Amino acid sequence: MTNAFRVKIRRKWVLGIILLMGVVIIFCVMHSAGLEVPSLIMISLDAMVLLGLVAIGEVVNERAGTVNIGLEGILLLSSFAAVFGTERSGSWAIGIFVGAVAGVLTGLIHGLISIYAKGDQIISGMGINLFAAGFVAFGIWTTWVPGVHMLSPGLEMPRISTPWGGLSWFVPITIVFTLAIHFVFYKTTWGVRLRAAGENPGAVDASGVNVFRLRLLACIFGATLAGLAGAFMSLDWVGMTTKALPAGRGFIALACVVFSGLEPISALGAAALFGFCEGLSTWIKAVPQLIPIIPPGFDKFIMMIPYIATLVAVTVVIGRRRFPKSVGRPYRREEI
Amino acid sequence: MSSFGERFSGLTKPVTQSLFAIVIGLAVGVLLLAVWGYDPLVGFRQLFESAFFTEIGLASTLSYATTLMLVGITFGLGMRAGLFNIGAEGQLMVGAIAAVAVSTFSLPPGLHLLVGVIFAMLAGALWALPVATLKVKKGVHEVVSTIMLNWIAFYLCLYLVLGPLYKAGTHTSIQIPQNSRFPLLFGTLSSAILVAILFAVIVYFIMWHTRLGVKIRAVGFDQESAHYMGINPGRAMMIGFIIGGLAAGLAGGAIVMGVPPDYAVFTELSNITGYGFAGIAVALIGRNHPLGTIFSAIFFGGLWSGKRAMQIYAHIPLEIVDIIIGIIVISAAIPELLGIIRRKIKGRSSR
Repeated sequence: MTNAFRVKIRRKWVLGIILLMGVVIIFCVMHSAGLEVPSLIMISLDAMVLLGLVAIGEVVNERAGTVNIGLEGILLLSSFAAVFGTERSGSWAIGIFVGAVAGVLTGLIHGLISIYAKGDQIISGMGINLFAAGFVAFGIWTTWVPGVHMLSPGLEMPRISTPWGGLSWFVPITIVFTLAIHFVFYKTTWGVRLRAAGENPGAVDASGVNVFRLRLLACIFGATLAGLAGAFMSLDWVGMTTKALPAGRGFIALACVVFSGLEPISALGAAALFGFCEGLSTWIKAVPQLIPIIPPGFDKFIMMIPYIATLVAVTVVIGRRRFPKSVGRPYRREEI
Repeated sequence: MSSFGERFSGLTKPVTQSLFAIVIGLAVGVLLLAVWGYDPLVGFRQLFESAFFTEIGLASTLSYATTLMLVGITFGLGMRAGLFNIGAEGQLMVGAIAAVAVSTFSLPPGLHLLVGVIFAMLAGALWALPVATLKVKKGVHEVVSTIMLNWIAFYLCLYLVLGPLYKAGTHTSIQIPQNSRFPLLFGTLSSAILVAILFAVIVYFIMWHTRLGVKIRAVGFDQESAHYMGINPGRAMMIGFIIGGLAAGLAGGAIVMGVPPDYAVFTELSNITGYGFAGIAVALIGRNHPLGTIFSAIFFGGLWSGKRAMQIYAHIPLEIVDIIIGIIVISAAIPELLGIIRRKIKGRSSR
């Protein structure tokens, strides 16, 4: 058994290294052809941070046994809340805090519905998405003007300056978060309890740990990370808020979770992969050498790249993934 | 007589639960409006008066209900088969585009309408097919695959509307020819609503009066037990997705062939988006039952048609209706909500 485990790990590493080498070679070829590779990487990193934060949060949540498909809605709500907070206070730090609070509150509501009231988690999540779409459009309308609000100049979050342009502080933060969650999962008692809550909540309950509270905390934690990601999107990345800002990224993050098989580090890897696809679709349209070649109207097909890639990737890996036994099922304590 | 009473007493609980969800949704809407400094009562009076008590409003209410009913069936049928099919949005778009594309052929008037309807339905089913195949053969969860296909459909339709199907110099695609549209019943209401109701009744008949329907519902109720009973869950789910796709495609066709004055798809797709997700609320309030969905679609159609009057006369942003729909869905996630509240109150009073 230990042997098989080792072989599995080794195969994963080998695959990862081959993939990485392939990417580096492609980049070198592209660079020698005179294409702007660094800008592609920078866009991809932004996209990766967004998907990564949401995905690792949801990994924690699903490990504990709750599914939240309202991530898209949380992204939308917190991206609006962050801009709102920043404009009102004049400080991006408060904006990020407000965005995270939006995540906490939504996570709390979803957790109460799915864990304590034993409601349908999928429907509740979808309700959050619908509510967010209405609320953010309503909020932008009543606060500023209908449709779009650009962040006032001077309020954007500062970035780490690099030779290739600004790098978001969220890039290292996301990586640290991922490693920290991996550590908590496999090296601490709380990690064991959390993972057990998704596999066999009855056993955790019998051991004297409050499963309900554990699951609720995991749910709130996941939603908070999604809230941070939403704040990152509106304050740090695009600098505006609209009623359709996430454009399906919450669901792509769910695909990352499926892709990763609920491993935090793999989830970040999946986010890097899907983030790259998104970066590619934005980047291709701006390459001077390609603009004359692309037929008119063809940019719509380029916009499809991240969605098609997600669909294909999920199809390829699925079936080889194992999920916790009780994921998506509310825990009912047997009546005494 | 007693059988009559027994039959309808079973209806009280679901109807109360649905009404309760609606009440919560409206209450949160009132609260939010009050917090933002609007007058909620004036707003809702405008909304419901124009939606149900004016001829123009009622026609537009029923016209919205036509589409919402069909996408509601897509989702509701999925729930009955144990699927969370939120792909109606994309399936509706490709259905609408397919109906527009038929206008590029020249066909005799009556036949043209029929071909348009069939194309729309088939396009919707075609768009549901990859979801169904991936779910059944590979186990890909339909939430992820439907959302991805919705976005792919969005960009595909955007390309077609601005490209091959664009009517030069306008803000729409080419129009459906005059003599191939659904005939109007009164005002702006077209006979597409009759087709939609017929579709709902057929789905009801299939689901509750045929062996196939029993199989689909058995799979939705408990997949494992259904499997041991000799039912093929994959096949039942496949059929659930395909009928859903047909319904959503027809919904798209009903918009472009039955909604005056444009009879076309707008270049920003604004007249064919949003229905699919509202269909979730329609189905949940209709208790995932095709006949219940008809009534619930009329209610939500009223919200959709009245929201413009509310915005114009009471100056309330029409998005408040989307907020209400979201809250209704969230409260419908807890069917036992009423029971929980009742138990809490009882527990407190007995103490």
